[in-house]
Amino acid sequence: MHINPLERKWVYVSLGMVGLFVASIVLTAITEGVHPPSNVETVDSASLHLGDEFAEDKLGVRQQPDGSLRVTLVAARYGFYPNHIEIPADTPVTFRMASVDVLHAAHIPMTNMSTMVVPGYVSQITTTFPKPGDYPMLCNEYCGLGHDHMWSKVTVVAKEEWHGVAAAEQQGSKP
Amino acid sequence: MSDQEARRFVIDHFWVAFAAFALACVLAVYQVLERSGIIPAIQSPAVYFASVSTHGVLMAYVLTTFFIMGFGYYVATTSLKMPIWNKPLAKTGYWIALGGTVMAAIPLLLGKASVLYTFYPPVQANVLFYLGATLLVVGSWFWAGIMLVMLHQWKTAHPGETVPLPMYANAANAILWLWTSVGVALEMVFQLLPWALGLMDTIDVGLARTLFAWTLHPIVYFWLLPAYMAYYVFVPAAAGGKLFSDELARVSFVMIMVFGLPIGFHHLYVDPEQAAGWKLAHGIGTFAVAIPTLLTGFTVIASLEVAGRKLGGQGLFGWIGALPWRNPMVLAAILSLLMLLLGGFGGMINASYAMNTMVHNTAWVPGHFHLIFAGTVITMYFAIAYYLWPKLTGKQLCSASLPTLQLWSWFIGMAILTTPWHVLGLLGQPRRISDVTYNTLLTLAWDPYELAMILGGCVLLASALLFVYILFQTQTKGAEEPDRAVAYAEPLHPVVKLPAMLNGFGLWNRVILVLMIVSFAVPIGQFFFMDSFSPSAWGY
Ligand code: HEM
Ligand SMILES: [Cu+2]
Ligand SMILES: [Cu+2]
Repeated sequence: MHINPLERKWVYVSLGMVGLFVASIVLTAITEGVHPPSNVETVDSASLHLGDEFAEDKLGVRQQPDGSLRVTLVAARYGFYPNHIEIPADTPVTFRMASVDVLHAAHIPMTNMSTMVVPGYVSQITTTFPKPGDYPMLCNEYCGLGHDHMWSKVTVVAKEEWHGVAAAEQQGSKP
Repeated sequence: MSDQEARRFVIDHFWVAFAAFALACVLAVYQVLERSGIIPAIQSPAVYFASVSTHGVLMAYVLTTFFIMGFGYYVATTSLKMPIWNKPLAKTGYWIALGGTVMAAIPLLLGKASVLYTFYPPVQANVLFYLGATLLVVGSWFWAGIMLVMLHQWKTAHPGETVPLPMYANAANAILWLWTSVGVALEMVFQLLPWALGLMDTIDVGLARTLFAWTLHPIVYFWLLPAYMAYYVFVPAAAGGKLFSDELARVSFVMIMVFGLPIGFHHLYVDPEQAAGWKLAHGIGTFAVAIPTLLTGFTVIASLEVAGRKLGGQGLFGWIGALPWRNPMVLAAILSLLMLLLGGFGGMINASYAMNTMVHNTAWVPGHFHLIFAGTVITMYFAIAYYLWPKLTGKQLCSASLPTLQLWSWFIGMAILTTPWHVLGLLGQPRRISDVTYNTLLTLAWDPYELAMILGGCVLLASALLFVYILFQTQTKGAEEPDRAVAYAEPLHPVVKLPAMLNGFGLWNRVILVLMIVSFAVPIGQFFFMDSFSPSAWGY
C-alpha cells in the first residue's frame, strides 16, 4: 500500500487534533463531573398528580434539608408549571421535571439549562446562573401545534435580594 | 437490461428525487415567510407543521434515497462493466419505494402526519405515513441487495483483481445503509406500526428514541457518501489531474462505515433515558468519525493542487486560480468544501458532550444541517447530475454557463440562509416553531435574522428551479452528445498491491457487529428490565 509522506503527516495531525478534543472532553467529564443531564429514572407520567413529587402542591422552588435548592416542574401542553419561578443567582439549582403528556424539552436561552423531557422519565439537571435577569424557559422539542406558545418565566435575582422559597412562588399567573 | 434501458432506469430515479426536491423548496419558502410573521394572512401552525413535515421527509428521505439508488445503479453498471443484476427485482424495489413515497405523501399533505421527519412518539400520525415510510426503506433494501450481489459476482469473475474504487465506495454505502436502517426498522415493526394500527395501546418512548438514534446518525453518512464519491472519482478528472491516493480513499470509506454506525447517542445527549457513560462513549466515537472527513479534505485538495499545477498554476496559492472554475464539478467541489469546513466546525460544537447543551434543539441545529446537508451534499448531487445528464440522456447540457450560475446562487443563498439561522440558535430560538409569540425582549432580537432568511430562501428557490430547468431543457432540447463514456479519475500511483481488507467487507461487517453490540446491547436491553411507563397515543 502506498502512502505519501505528506499524507502520513496529515494523518498524524488529524489524529492529534481529534485526540486533543476527546482528551479535553473526557478530562472535564472525569475531573469536573461535566455531564449532560442523564439520570435514568422512571416515573408514571399518567399519575403525576397522585405522586409524592410532582403533585400540584409540591411543585416550584424548594429548599432541601441540606440547604440546596430544588425546582420541581411539570411540562404539559403548553407550559411549564408553575409558570413563573424566582431563583437566586450564583447558587446551584437542581431542576427536576416530568411530562404529563408528550415529548418536551426545556431550555433557558444563553445558559446550559437544557434538557429533554420524555414521558415516563424524570429529567434532572443542576446548574448555576451567574447573571440576574428575566429569562424565558422555552420548550424546544415539537410537542404539537401549540409548541410555539410553550414557555414560562424564570427570574434570576441577585443572591442578596432573594427572598427565600415562599416568596419565590408566584403561581397562577400566565406569563 | 440493455444499456439504454439501464440509463432510463437511472433517469427515472433522478427525476423522482429532483421532483421531490423542487416541491420541497417551494414549501421551504413558505416556511421562512411564515416564521417571520410579516404576512399575517399566512400564519398557521397547522399549515406550517404540515409543510415542515413534508419538506423534511421529501428532502431527507425521498430526494436522497432515490438519488443514491439511481447513482448506485449507474456506478455499479459502469465501473464493473456489467448489467444490473435481476432487472425485475430492481424495478420492484423502485416501485415499492415510489409507492411508499406516495402513500406517505397523502397524509403529510393533508396535515394528517404533522409529526416532522423524526416522527417521535407519543405524538401519532395517520398509519399510512408509517406504512409509506416503511415501504420506502424496504424498496431501498432491494437496491442495497442488488449492489452487493453485483459486487460479489464481479469478484468471483475477477479473482485477485482490485474492485474499482467507485464500486468499492458504492458498496460501502449499501452496507452502511443496511446496518443503519435496522434501528428505525425495529422501531417501525415492533413499536410504531402495531401502535398506529391499534394493536398496541401504549409505546415506550425511551426505547423508540434510542432505536431512532441508531439510525439518525449514520443516515447522514448514507446521504453524504455520494458527495465523497464524487470528490474522489469525478473531481480530480474534471480538474484535469489525478486522484492523490486510491488507498486512502478506501480507508476513508471504511472508517466512515465502521465508525459512523455506533455513535447515535450524540442525538440523545440531553435525554433522560440514557446514562452518561453511554453518551460519553458514543461522543468519543463521534469524534473518531471526523478523521475520515479530514482525510477526504486532504485528498481532494491535494488532487486539486496536482491538477492546478499541471495547468500552470504556481506559488503557494496560484494553483487555485489555475483551476477550471467554470467546470461545474470543480466549482461544486470548491464551494461544497468551503461549506463542509464551516459546517464541520459547527458539527464539532454539536458533538461536544457538554457544549451541546447550549445549542441542542435550537435554531442552530437546522442552520447547521442546512449548511452541510442542503449545502455541501446537495451541491455535489447537482454536480453529479450535471456530469451524468449528458451521459444518461445523450444530450449536451443546454448551456455551459447556467450550471455555474446555478451553483454559485445555491452557495450564496445557503450563506444568506444559514448564517442568521446559526445566530438565532445562539440567541436561544428553538427549532421547529411556526411563530415567535414569546413576548419577551429576547424575541425582538430575532426579527432581523428572520428577514435575512427570507432572502436566502428566495435565492435558493430560484436556484433550485434553475437546476430543474437546465435538466429538463437538456433532456428535451439538447444537442446530440457523442461521448457517453464516464471518466473515473485515475490514481496518481496505480494500485499494485492492496490488502484484502481494503478490497472487501467481510472483516468490516464483523467489526461493525461487535461495535454495535458493545454500544447498543445494554442501552436497548435496559428497557426490557426497567419498570418503565409507556404513554398512549396523543394527537398534535
Ligand atoms: C430552498 C431552500 C431551503 C429553505 C429556505 C429551507 C428552509 C427550511 C425551514 C424554514 C425549515 C423548518 C425548520 C424549523 O421549523 O425549525 C426546514 C426544515 C428542514 N429542511 Fe430545509 N430548507 C431548504 C432546503 C433544504 C434542503 C435542500 C434540504 C436537504 C436536502 C433540507 C432539509 C430540511 C430538513 C430535513 C428539515 C426538517 C427539520 C426538522 O424537522 O426540524 N432543506 N427547512
Ligand atoms: Cu414544545
Ligand atoms: Cu448525528
